[in-house]
Amino acid sequence: MATTQSRTLAKIMLFPSVSLLLAWMIVPLCMTLYFSFLDYNLLMPGDNEFIGFLNYEFFLTDPAFVESFFNTLLLVGGVLLITLCGGVGLAILLDEAIWGRNYVRMMVLAPFFVMPTVSALVWKNMFMNPVNGLFAHFAQWLGVTPVDFFAELPLLSIIVIVSWQWLPFAALILLTAIQSLDREQLEAADLDGAGPFSKFFYIVLPHLSRAVTAVILIETIFLLSVFAEILVTTSGGPGYASTNITYLIYTQSLLQFDVGGGSAGGIVAVIIANIVAIFLMRLIGKNLEN
Amino acid sequence: MGSITLKQVTKSFDDVNVIKPLDLDIRDGEFIVFVGPSGCGKSTLLRMIAGLEDTTSGTIEIDGKEATSVPPAKRGLAMVFQSYALYPHMSVRNNIAFPLKQAKVAPAVIKEKIEKAATMLNLTDYLDRKPGQLSGGQRQRVAIGRAIVRQPSAFLFDEPLLNLDASLRVNMRLEISQLHKSLDTTMIYVTHDQVEAMTMADRIAVFNGGIIEQVGTPLELYRKPVNRFVAGFIGSPKMNFIDVAPKPGDATHSLGVRPEHFKITTEQGLWQGQVGVVEHLGSETFLHVHVDHIGTLTVKADGDCQAVYGDQINLTAEQAKIMHFDKQGMTIPALSWGGESAA
Ligand SMILES: Nc1ncnc2c1ncn2[C@@H]1O[C@H](COP(=O)(O)OP(=O)(O)O)[C@@H](O)[C@H]1O
Ligand SMILES: [Mg+2]
Repeated sequence: MATTQSRTLAKIMLFPSVSLLLAWMIVPLCMTLYFSFLDYNLLMPGDNEFIGFLNYEFFLTDPAFVESFFNTLLLVGGVLLITLCGGVGLAILLDEAIWGRNYVRMMVLAPFFVMPTVSALVWKNMFMNPVNGLFAHFAQWLGVTPVDFFAELPLLSIIVIVSWQWLPFAALILLTAIQSLDREQLEAADLDGAGPFSKFFYIVLPHLSRAVTAVILIETIFLLSVFAEILVTTSGGPGYASTNITYLIYTQSLLQFDVGGGSAGGIVAVIIANIVAIFLMRLIGKNLEN
Repeated sequence: MGSITLKQVTKSFDDVNVIKPLDLDIRDGEFIVFVGPSGCGKSTLLRMIAGLEDTTSGTIEIDGKEATSVPPAKRGLAMVFQSYALYPHMSVRNNIAFPLKQAKVAPAVIKEKIEKAATMLNLTDYLDRKPGQLSGGQRQRVAIGRAIVRQPSAFLFDEPLLNLDASLRVNMRLEISQLHKSLDTTMIYVTHDQVEAMTMADRIAVFNGGIIEQVGTPLELYRKPVNRFVAGFIGSPKMNFIDVAPKPGDATHSLGVRPEHFKITTEQGLWQGQVGVVEHLGSETFLHVHVDHIGTLTVKADGDCQAVYGDQINLTAEQAKIMHFDKQGMTIPALSWGGESAA
C-alpha cells in the first residue's frame, strides 16, 4: 500500500467492517453505562428512576468488592505464573526431537479444546473430590487426610484448573517461538563455552520475550473474565473466597435481578481491565516493538 | 599452537555418506581454504572439526591430542558463522564479552580485551549498539571480534562473506588476510568461491562430493591440477575442455586450455572459430568463440582487442601450457604443463 490511491482504497474497503465492529462495541457499552445510573430492578417494575452514582457506591463499598478485586488479581497472576513457567518448560521439551513428537504435541494441546465447564467438572469430580477424587485416593494411600480442595483452598483450586486449560496455549505459542530461534546462535554459544543454564538465560529466554509478552497480554484479557470454572466448582465460596469481579457482577445483578447494580459493576470491570491493560502495555509493551 | 590432523574421518547422516574417508594435515599457523561446489560437505567437515557434528568414524587430533569426542568449548577453536550468529539482544560489547564471561575471566581483563579487539576491528564507536543496528560488514567484524578475544588455537570460518555485497567482500577479504598475518593463528576458511580461495589461501583443499580432490598452494592447483575437476574449478573464467579423438599410443582423451593461454593469430592456428559475445572489462577482454565440432571456447584477450561479433579468428595455444587428461579425467603429467620439469 504505497500510493495515495491504494491507501484511500484501503480506507474505503475497511470502512464497513470497522464501523460494524465499532457499533458492536459502542452500543452495548453505552447501554450498560446508561443502565448503571438507573434504579433498575427486574423484580420491582417501575419508572427506573435516574439515581446518579448510587449503584456505583453500593458496588464499590460492598466489602465483597475489595475481596473479589484481589481474588481477580491473584487468579490472573497465579495462572500467568503457572502457565508461563510450565509453558516454557513444555515448549523446550516438545522442541527436542523425541519419537512421536507430533502426536505428543496434539495431546498437549487437547485441554485447550475442552469446554471450561467440562474441565471444571472433571477436576471437581474426578480429581479434587475429597471422597472419590484421585487426589483423595492418593492421600489415603500415603496415609494422610485428604484435602477438601474447594472448601479449604478454593482460589488455589480454581487457579490450578484454569492453568491446566491455558497451559497448552502458552506452550504452543512459546514452542513456535523456540522453533524460530536461530540454531547457529546456540552453536555459537556452545563454542563460547556456555552451559545449558547460560544458554537458557542468555539466549533462549531473551528470544522468547516477545512470545511471553503476547501470552501475558492475551491470557490476561481472558483471565479477567473467568466465570464458568467458578460457577461449576465453588460458586464463589466459601463466603467470597473464590469470587472474582466477573462472578461478583453475576451474583449482584443476575441473582438479585438488579440490572442497574450489575451494569455499574460491569463498568467498574471495564475500567479495571483498562487499568490492567495500560499497566501491562507500559510494563512489557515495548517487547512487542522491533 | 593450532595444528589439526584428520585421520580417515567420515560422516554419515542416517544412510547418506556425506564425508568419505578423508585425511588432512592442517599445519600450525597456516591459512587453509576448503573450496568446492555447494553441498560437497565443506561445512559438515568444518562443523566436525568444531565439534558441532559427531564424527561417524576416524579421528580428529588438535595439537597432537585426540579430540574426536571433546565438546566444542574444550577444543579451543573459534568459529565465525555464515549468519554471524550474533546474540541479537546483547550489545556489541556483551556479544564480544560473552565467551570471556562464560570462562569467568576477571571484569578488568574482559574490558581490556574488548577494547583491544574493538580498536583492531574499528568497532570502538559501535560497542553499545545492538547487532540489528549494524551493517553487514560491521556484524561480520563483531563475529570476528567475538572469536578473537578467546585467543583460540584456530579460527574456523564458514562462508563468512556470502551475505556481503561485492565491494565489501573484497574489503573484508583483505581484512581477514591481514588479521591472519597479524595474529599468525591457524585459520580454516570454507567457501565455494574459488577467487576467495586463490586470493586468501596458503593452501587450498578442493572438495568434491565428500572427498578431497587435491591439496596444494594456489599456484600448484592452478599449474598442476591432478584432474579435470580441479582444473575446471580453479581459475576464472573456467578452463576450456576440448575432447580429442584417441590416438594409438596416446592416452589423451581431452585437452584443457585456460582462457588466458590462448593466442589470437592471423595465420592458421590450432583452432578456427567465429566470435560470439565479446565482454570488455577494460583491462582485458573475454571472447566467446564458437568452434565447429568443439563448442564454445572462452578466450582471454588484451583490453584493446578489436574483435567484434561474427569475426572469424584463429586460435592457438602454447603447447607447454595445454593440459592433457586421460579417459578417467586424470591429468597425464608427462604431457601437461610443468610436466617437463617433473619428468
Ligand atoms: N543435518 C543434516 N542432516 C542430513 N543431511 C545433511 C545435514 N547437514 C548436511 N547434510 C547434507 O550433507 C551434504 C553436505 O552439506 P554441507 O556440508 O552443508 O555442504 P557445503 O557446505 O559444502 O555446501 C549436503 O548434501 C546436505 O544435504
Ligand atoms: Mg556450507
